[in-house]
Amino acid sequence: MIPDFIRASVLAIGLTTGIGWAEEPFIIVQSTTSTQNSGLLDYILPGFEAETGIDVRVVAVGTGQAIRNSVNGDGDVLLVHAKPAEEQFVADGWGVKRFDVMYNDFVLVGPKSDPAKIKGGSDIVAALAAVASSEAPFASRGDDSGTHKAEMRHWGATGIDPTGASGTWYREAGAGMGATLNVASGMGAYILTDRATWLSFGNRGDLEILVEGDPRLFNQYGVTLVNPEKHPGVRASAGQRFIDWLIGPDGQAAIASYMLDGQQLFFPNAK
Amino acid sequence: MQGFASEFNHALSLILNGDAELWAIVLLSLQVSIFAVLISAVIGMPVGAALAVARFPGRRALIILVNALMGFPPVVVGLLVYLMLSRSGPLGVLELLYTPTAMIIAQVVLVTPIMAALTRQVIEMLAEEYSEQLRSLGVSRLASVPVLLWDARLALVTALLAGFGRAIAEVGAVIIVGGNINHVTRVMTTTIALETSKGNLALALALGVILIGLAITVNAMVSALTLRAEREGLRHA
Amino acid sequence: MRDVVTGTPGILEVSNLSITRDGKTLLEVPHLCLDGPGPTLILGPNGAGKSLLLRCLHGLIQPDRGRVCQNGVVLNADHKARQAMVFQSPVLLRRSVAANLDFVLKRQSMPRILRKQRIDALLAEGGLDGKAGQPARSLSGGEAQRLAILRALALEPETLFLDEPTSALDPSATQMIERMVLRASARGVRIVMVTHDIGQARRLASDIVMMQAGHVVEHGIAQKVLNEPESDDSRRYLAGGLVT
Repeated sequence: MIPDFIRASVLAIGLTTGIGWAEEPFIIVQSTTSTQNSGLLDYILPGFEAETGIDVRVVAVGTGQAIRNSVNGDGDVLLVHAKPAEEQFVADGWGVKRFDVMYNDFVLVGPKSDPAKIKGGSDIVAALAAVASSEAPFASRGDDSGTHKAEMRHWGATGIDPTGASGTWYREAGAGMGATLNVASGMGAYILTDRATWLSFGNRGDLEILVEGDPRLFNQYGVTLVNPEKHPGVRASAGQRFIDWLIGPDGQAAIASYMLDGQQLFFPNAK
Repeated sequence: MQGFASEFNHALSLILNGDAELWAIVLLSLQVSIFAVLISAVIGMPVGAALAVARFPGRRALIILVNALMGFPPVVVGLLVYLMLSRSGPLGVLELLYTPTAMIIAQVVLVTPIMAALTRQVIEMLAEEYSEQLRSLGVSRLASVPVLLWDARLALVTALLAGFGRAIAEVGAVIIVGGNINHVTRVMTTTIALETSKGNLALALALGVILIGLAITVNAMVSALTLRAEREGLRHA
Repeated sequence: MRDVVTGTPGILEVSNLSITRDGKTLLEVPHLCLDGPGPTLILGPNGAGKSLLLRCLHGLIQPDRGRVCQNGVVLNADHKARQAMVFQSPVLLRRSVAANLDFVLKRQSMPRILRKQRIDALLAEGGLDGKAGQPARSLSGGEAQRLAILRALALEPETLFLDEPTSALDPSATQMIERMVLRASARGVRIVMVTHDIGQARRLASDIVMMQAGHVVEHGIAQKVLNEPESDDSRRYLAGGLVT
């Protein structure tokens, strides 16, 4: 038994030398769960990697955390969707310059029974106000992500502070988009989600899209190079190449061609 | 939940048919955790043995500390390791964040206290039994350490497997320091977290089945060892 | 040191020995001299301090006062290296029977080939031939104690201390161990053995140390102590009375 165990350990170490400490050039992109969970990045990145030989490693977290990680220098490129926060990031010197990349849109999803009677509307503010007055359950990310920031903007427009009802009909999950969708699906709650995550989400249960098409629901994505003057370790030239590709014709075309269930999820709009 | 059964079957067939991507994830999990557990053993076992055999001021406090560290929340460990390895942290220049090495480090931090505490417990009991006999044979306190470690080998292998169980099933720390990067740092638990967040509960569950299978294997090994120990009378009374 | 002239172990002498715990005297031996070849049997009821005295003689316990000398020299590491001890319940390493013997032989830096021969000889001596590869902890009580004695003998001690080695064994197992002890004694190993079994003392002892309540009440030739005890305590113990 003991010699067997030692042999197994040696074997394991041997195997471990094969661990992927790949030496090919790579960049780390701090991005959001929506770009990853929708499958967009898996779809467009191979094209860039084949063209340049640069491996793109995506860390998918909430927008808030992605920005904080980038402030710490733990990424070369920031690809998120919270324009004011991104502009603050650049203004504070952490990022070099922000470029628009694409947009998708948010949709308000809820149970088929629709206790707040909002189905078919296209006014997000009115719909949220109706949900609040019906006190039907509403699931919020509650995690300072881009989606959460957008949701709070729309609540602000209603003049209602839902956090006052936190724990009753208003539920703050403090989790990613998918995890919060699981919560909503489980309790039949209303929820604001980006369309991409919604379309690729597999556990919809009784939920369906109730409100969409409000221009205020557009969700702009931007890309920013982390400032190498703040963090000399930043792989600036490879990162810039990725940004140039993403906002250039090849990247924009790749984004436009990504379909899920026959629907285009992201709309390129780099200037 | 419609289609769940078929999705689950699909996931199981991925596993059984040796889907390359899936098995790469399983293999990486094993590599990271086995490596982490071996390093933890190299650090933790001598520390545990020293705590059991040596007598020095502050020993009791150290034992309490090691025991308390066993219950350290993985997320906190992940955060601490992240802060160390971040480019703005003290070890940032090593460029280890978001690599398998970072995950190994986090798991080593998590598992080493387990190794040390379990080793201390096992060796202390054995040392009590052997103490007079070894002194009678002229074996010094220091020289008794390898004797005790060897004679406690079965219990120590059990400790090793317990550490492995903790390492392989852990998600909070490795997702922070590994970043769950596809093909680089994506392991079983972070894949489960990701697939759950995508609502792909069946695939998540299928991976969970592999993890449970591993847990059962590990426990079967422990119980086989214990059985063997009983048969050979090697059990510590 | 082995006495050059006689080839017998030197004089083991105890003076002003005392051990107290929590104000209670556990051992108080003003003087005791073991100068014969033995076997010396330390006899007395439980709690008389027999095991404590044995541990002092072997240097496992430092007395609060007094000292143990061998040939007039305070017991030192060299002396201890020429002593061995067998405990009441054998402490065997969690290894094979042979590995338990090999453990002490290796510590003497004996070459592998010699070790192999020595182990075979020892196993034959203890009637454990054929059990070399068996896990030591799976031996029966008698076999385990025999192995413990063999391991002590593997050290080639001048003095072998035994602390009630047969107290948990049946008569036939006891007999095998007593024979081993007598053979060792015949080869010149000085035997100092604790027992509370009067019959065992009668069978083995050349001289007897009678102990009672932490004191040596009598020390003399076995015949004399057993047949014409001088102290009342000895008389009562030997008569089979409950000495408390």
